[in-house]
Amino acid sequence: MTRLAFALAAALCAASPALAQTAVTASGGWTRATPPGATTAGGFLTLTNSGETDDRLVGARTPDATRVEIHSMEMSDGVMRMRPLEDGLPLPAGATTELAPGGNHIMMMDLAAPVIVGAPVPLTLMLESGAEIAVELQVVPPGAPKPAEAQ
Amino acid sequence: MPRARIAIAALTLVLAAIAGTLLWITFRGEDTSATVGGPFTLVDETGRTVTQADFEGSPTVIFFGFTFCPDVCPTTLYELTLQMQDLGPDADKADWLFVTVDPERDTPEALRQYTSAFDSRIIGLSGTEEQVAAMAKQYFAYYKRVPMEGGDYTMEHTATVFLMDSGNELFGTIGYGEDAGMALSKLRRLLRDG
Repeated sequence: MTRLAFALAAALCAASPALAQTAVTASGGWTRATPPGATTAGGFLTLTNSGETDDRLVGARTPDATRVEIHSMEMSDGVMRMRPLEDGLPLPAGATTELAPGGNHIMMMDLAAPVIVGAPVPLTLMLESGAEIAVELQVVPPGAPKPAEAQ
Repeated sequence: MPRARIAIAALTLVLAAIAGTLLWITFRGEDTSATVGGPFTLVDETGRTVTQADFEGSPTVIFFGFTFCPDVCPTTLYELTLQMQDLGPDADKADWLFVTVDPERDTPEALRQYTSAFDSRIIGLSGTEEQVAAMAKQYFAYYKRVPMEGGDYTMEHTATVFLMDSGNELFGTIGYGEDAGMALSKLRRLLRDG
């Protein structure tokens, strides 16, 4: 019953003009299995804005984590610095924006359960334009690099 | 031009003073130079107190991080794990230490669980805030707590892997993102000559 209600709601949402259309597409989403005890995970993916208007990734949500933020990460003088991107991540028109290890990432905090290989993480990206994009993050072992399938 | 001459004279004096100080430090006999590494007291994954003496007599590989780290720490530990597999039994010759910069959240038990996802030879070390600060200072490792929304926080920290020889002297470093082949050859050399 709940599932049916959800499906109906989803169908309504999809048909609703309130949810903006977007020229932004997401591909190659992935994350890493969390070591035991770890409660944070970084999500990575490629966003392509093939439209003519700039957009912005302003947030994300997943049923698997209480909090999700967009973070920047930079290495300078051998020091790793991480910051929440308060204004989100710009997605310029006609450009491809990469979220990858060593750089910007989706920071998933207070994970409900450990992220494990073989159980993709559902993630909904929220754009400034009002559009939302649903993706699934493939899971690789802890600390492992980008999976070949996500290239 | 007199002004330029005065400037040159002043500069010469300053340089002479610096050179003199350096010579004085060098020849004073005492070790006042900034060396990486030194005494520390921390707590291992089993809750046992350890000091630098526990890791003397064999090379040591040291990395600073924290378990709430989403990217750099698991990446580095994963790469070290691959390199340890490549090194095979030779890797047993070294101590592999993961020192937390977030002792508030990283208890010995949390570190034990965390490092178990990588090579079993990697040992997590924690301690009191003061013990961790003292250890990081010995290695010129920088770290800082960065508050986030909702009272949460994250850590920024030095992501360099320190390679120490069996006398606990700095042998080399591996930088974040350094070529894996280069890193492996440094580790091989540490195990052979360190």
